Amino acid sequence: MPAGTLYRGREGMWSWVAHRVTGVLIFFFLFVHVLDTALVRVSPEDYDKVVATYKTPVVGLLEYGLVAAILFHALNGLRIIAVDYWTKGPRYQKQMFWSVMGLWILLMLGAIYPVLGHAARDLFGS
Amino acid sequence: MATEVSPKDAVELTSSSASYSPDNPAPLIEPPRARTRRTPRSTRTNFELYGWLFMRLSGVVLVVLVIGHLLIQLVLDGGVTKVGFAFVAGRWASPFWQYWDLAMLWLAMLHGGNGLRTIINDYAEQPNTRVWLKTILFTAVAFTIALGSLVIFTFDPNIR
Ligand code: HEM
Ligand code: HEM
Repeated sequence: MPAGTLYRGREGMWSWVAHRVTGVLIFFFLFVHVLDTALVRVSPEDYDKVVATYKTPVVGLLEYGLVAAILFHALNGLRIIAVDYWTKGPRYQKQMFWSVMGLWILLMLGAIYPVLGHAARDLFGS
Repeated sequence: MATEVSPKDAVELTSSSASYSPDNPAPLIEPPRARTRRTPRSTRTNFELYGWLFMRLSGVVLVVLVIGHLLIQLVLDGGVTKVGFAFVAGRWASPFWQYWDLAMLWLAMLHGGNGLRTIINDYAEQPNTRVWLKTILFTAVAFTIALGSLVIFTFDPNIR
C-alpha cells in the first residue's frame, strides 16, 4: 500500500466508490425525471410521446441499469447504517458486504423478466 | 525525587526533536477538531451531525418509498408499458399516492443534494469553485423540489 493515502482498496473502499457513483447517477436521473413528469402539466399528448420512448428496448436496458444502481445503493446504504449503529456492525462489515452483493445479484436476476420482458416481446415477437 | 531511568529505556532524541528542552519546549499541537479561540463562531453548530443523521433516517424511509415506486412503475401490472397520462391521472386521484410522491421527491432531493455537497467538499479545492458548485447545486435542488411539488398539487386530469 502506498504511504500517505486513505484509499486502502478491498471491500471497504470499493463499496464506498460504488456508493458514491450510484448516488450521483440516481441524483441526475431524478432531476431529469421530475422535468419529464412535469410535462403532465403541459400537454397529455407530449407526455405520452416522451413516455413512449421509455418503452423501447434500448431505454429498457437503461431502466435495468437504474434498478441495478438503486438496489446497490439501497442495500449498501442499509449496510452502512448497520455498521454505524449495530454494535457488532464494524466486525461483520465484510460479511455484510458480501451478503449485500449476493442479495443484489438475486434481485437483479429476478428483475430481468419483469423489467425487460416487454423489450424481449418487442424484439422477438409475441 | 527523580525517577531512575536506566540507559536501556531512555529515549534517544533525534535531529528533529533534539533541540527541544524544558527551556525550549516543542510547540503544542492542537488535536484536529478541538475548538480553539480561532475557530469561527459560525461553525459552532451541529449542522454536520444533523446532516449525517438525516442521511441515515432519510435512507431508511427512501428504501420503502423508492423501491415501492419502482415496483409499481416497472414491475406490477405490465411494467413500464402501462405508464402514460391516463395512468398518472389515476394515481394522483388518490391523496395517498400524492403524498407518497411528495415525500419521495423531498427526501430523495435533499438526501441526494446533501450527498453531492459532501462530494463537492471532497474534490473541489479552490474556494471559488466550491462556492460556484454549491450555488448551482442549491439552485437545482430548490428548483426541482418546487417544480415537482407544484406539479403534484396542480395536476389537472381534464387539462384538455
Ligand atoms: C434507496 C434508499 C437509500 C438509502 C438506504 C441510502 C443510504 C445512504 C447513506 C446511508 C448515505 C451516507 C453515506 C455516508 O454518510 O458515508 C448515502 C449517501 C448518498 N446518497 Fe443515498 N440512499 C438512498 C437513496 C438515495 C437516492 C434516491 C439518491 C439520489 C437522489 C441518493 C444519493 C446519495 C448520494 C449522492 C450520497 C453521497 C455519497 C458519498 O458521500 O459518497 N441516495 N446514501
Ligand atoms: C425508470 C423507472 C421509473 C419510472 C418508469 C417512473 C415513473 C414515474 C411516473 C409515471 C410518475 C408519475 C406519478 C406516479 O405515477 O406516481 C413518477 C413520479 C415520480 N417519480 Fe418516478 N419513475 C421511475 C423511477 C424513479 C426513481 C428511481 C425515483 C427516485 C429516485 C423516482 C421518483 C419520482 C418522484 C419524486 C416523482 C414525483 C414527481 C413530481 O413531483 O412531479 N422515480 N415516476
